[in-house]
Amino acid sequence: MTSHISRRTFQALVAGAAGAGLLPLSAMRRAHAATEITVLNWKGYGTDEAFALKAFAEATGITVKHDYFNAEAEMLTKLRTNPGAYDVVLINSARTQQAQADGLIDPIDFSAASNAKDLSPTFKTHPNILVDGKPYGMPWLWGMTSLAVRQGKAEAADSWAVFSDPKFAGRLALFDDAVTQVGIGALLTGQDPNNPADLKSVTGALKAMKPNVKLMWSSEDEWNKAFAAGAFDISDYWSGAAARSIKIHKLPFDFVVPKEGAIGWLDTLAVPSSSTKKAAALQFINYMIDPKFYTTWTTQSGAPASTNAAAMSALPPDDLNHKIYKPEDLAKLKFMSALPDDRRQAFNDVWDEVKAFYAK
Amino acid sequence: MLLAPAYGWLTLAVFLPLGAMLFFSFLKAAPFGPRPLQFTIDNYLAFARRPYLVGVAWTSVEIGLWTTGLCAILGLPAALALARATRGRSQQVLFLLIVLPFWTNGLVRIFSWTMVLREGGVLDYALHLVAPSAPTFSLLYSFPAIIIGLVHAYLPYMILTCYLSAAAIDDAYIEAARSLGARAPIIFAKVVLPLCLPGLISGSILIFVPVIGSFMEPRILGGRIGVTMGTIIEDQFVQAFNWPLGAALSFTMLGAVLLVFALARGFPRRLLSA
Repeated sequence: MTSHISRRTFQALVAGAAGAGLLPLSAMRRAHAATEITVLNWKGYGTDEAFALKAFAEATGITVKHDYFNAEAEMLTKLRTNPGAYDVVLINSARTQQAQADGLIDPIDFSAASNAKDLSPTFKTHPNILVDGKPYGMPWLWGMTSLAVRQGKAEAADSWAVFSDPKFAGRLALFDDAVTQVGIGALLTGQDPNNPADLKSVTGALKAMKPNVKLMWSSEDEWNKAFAAGAFDISDYWSGAAARSIKIHKLPFDFVVPKEGAIGWLDTLAVPSSSTKKAAALQFINYMIDPKFYTTWTTQSGAPASTNAAAMSALPPDDLNHKIYKPEDLAKLKFMSALPDDRRQAFNDVWDEVKAFYAK
Repeated sequence: MLLAPAYGWLTLAVFLPLGAMLFFSFLKAAPFGPRPLQFTIDNYLAFARRPYLVGVAWTSVEIGLWTTGLCAILGLPAALALARATRGRSQQVLFLLIVLPFWTNGLVRIFSWTMVLREGGVLDYALHLVAPSAPTFSLLYSFPAIIIGLVHAYLPYMILTCYLSAAAIDDAYIEAARSLGARAPIIFAKVVLPLCLPGLISGSILIFVPVIGSFMEPRILGGRIGVTMGTIIEDQFVQAFNWPLGAALSFTMLGAVLLVFALARGFPRRLLSA
C-alpha cells in the first residue's frame, strides 16, 4: 500500500525516523542476511550469468546481487568507501597485494572450498596472491597476451623475434599499450616483464621492429577489421579476443605462445574483510570454480581459461579453449604483477619514445 | 549585472575544469587516493627531459598546417558558392550536407574512412573498375590518410566562418570593380579575398588549435605514423595515469599557440591597410 502514502507523509516519516535514530536499517538488513550476498565485478563477467544465479540459489538458497565497476581503481575505491556492502569481489591478482596491504580483503581457506583441490598448482601458490604464505583470493580465470600469426604466412613462428624479422616487413600490428609492449621487449631481451632492469635494451628491441610495424591497434574490433582486410600477418593479441575472432569471425590465424613466454593475467575472487556473510561468499566462490558452471558458461557465451584443471579437462575435446590455453604453455607464462606508479611512468615513457621513433 | 549569467557560465564551464587541470599540472601525481599532495614544476620540463617530443610536436604542427591549408583551399570556394550562387531551398540543403559530418560521431566517421582507404576498400575497388591491371592501392596508415580524416572533420568550421564573411560582401563592390574593368581573377584577389580574410583567419584558428591536439584520427588512420602531441597526451591520461604530465603538456601547447597568436596579432589589419 505504499503507493497510497503521499510523498509528503513518506518524507516526514523518513525524516522523523532518521532524526530520532529509530530506524535500525542495519538490523533490518541483517534479518535476511544469510540469504543474500553482493558481488562486485565487471559487468557481464561470469558471476552475473542468469543460469548460474538460478542454479546457485536452488542449490544453496543464497541469492546474489551485483554491483559493477568500470576500472580497477574504482573497484578499490568502492571497497574502501562502502565497508560491509560487498561479500565477493573480483580482483586482478596484480592488485591483490595492494588490496591486502590496505586491509580490504581476507585470506581464503582453500580447504573450505571443495572445488579448490583441482586448481592448477601454478595458480594455487601463485606469488601474486600469497602474502605470508596465505592466499588472499581464489584464483578464478586467466588469460594472456601472446602471438597471433596468419595461417599460411608465418606458421612456424615460435619466437617474439619474428616482430623484427625482415621477412615480415610492413606486416606487423602492435597493441598500443605501454605495459604490454615493454613486457614483450623484456621477454625478447631475457628480462622480467614486470620489472626489466635494463630499459635501454628493451627500447632497442622495440625500435628494431620499426620496418615491420604497419599499425597499432587498441581495440578488438579494430584488430578484427584490419586482419580481415589483410593489413597485417603477425600481431600480439589477447587470448579471449583470439577465441572470439576465430569462433565468431572465422579469421584464419594461429594463437601461439612463443618460446620466450607470454604475458599472463590472473583474476581472483576475494572476500572483503568487511563482509558480514563470509561463509555464503565462500560458497559462491566455490561454485564459480565448479567445472559444471565453467563448461556451461564458456560453451554458451565464451570465457577465459579456468584456473581449475578439472574444469578445463571437462570441456568437450573439440572446444577452442583447448587450442588456445594449452596446459604445457602455463609454465612459460609471465604473470603481470603490481606496477608502482614510477615504473608505470617509465614504461610509458619508453613506449612513447618508441612510437615517436616509429613515426619518423 | 546583465552579464553575470554569462560570466557565471564561463566560470563554471571553462575556467573551473581548466583551472583544475592547471592545478594538476603542478602536482607530482594525480590527487586520487590517500597520498599527500606534492608540488613540482618537473612536468613543464617534459620537452627537455624527453627530446623525442620535439619531433612529435613538429609532426603535429605539420598536420595542423596541412589540414588548415587544405580546409582554406576547399572551404573558401565552397563558402563563396554557397553565399553567392545559391538561394533558398537548395542553399538550405547544401548547408545541411556541410554540417552533416558535424553531427556524426567522430569514431564512426573515422572508421568509415578506414573502409574507404584500405587495401581492397571502396577506393581500391573503384580504381580497379577503371583500371583492372593497376596495383592494389591503399592510403590507410599514411600521412595523407590522417589529413583526409581531419579535413573531413574540420572543413565545416572553415565553410561556416567564410560563409559569414562572404555573405556580407555588398554586391555593389563587385559591380564597381567590374565596371572599372577588373576581370574575375582580379576581383577575387583584390575585392573578395581581402573581405573574406576575417572568416579565413577565424576559421584557421578554430581548426589549427584542435587539430594539433587531435588523437583519434592520427591513431586510427595513421597507423605507425600517427604519433602526435594529442596521442602522447592521451597516453598520459589513459595509460600512464599521469594526469599532471598530460595536463602540463596540454598547457605547454596552449602556451605555444597563444604565443604565436600574440605575435601574429594585428597581422590581418596590417595586411588590409597595405
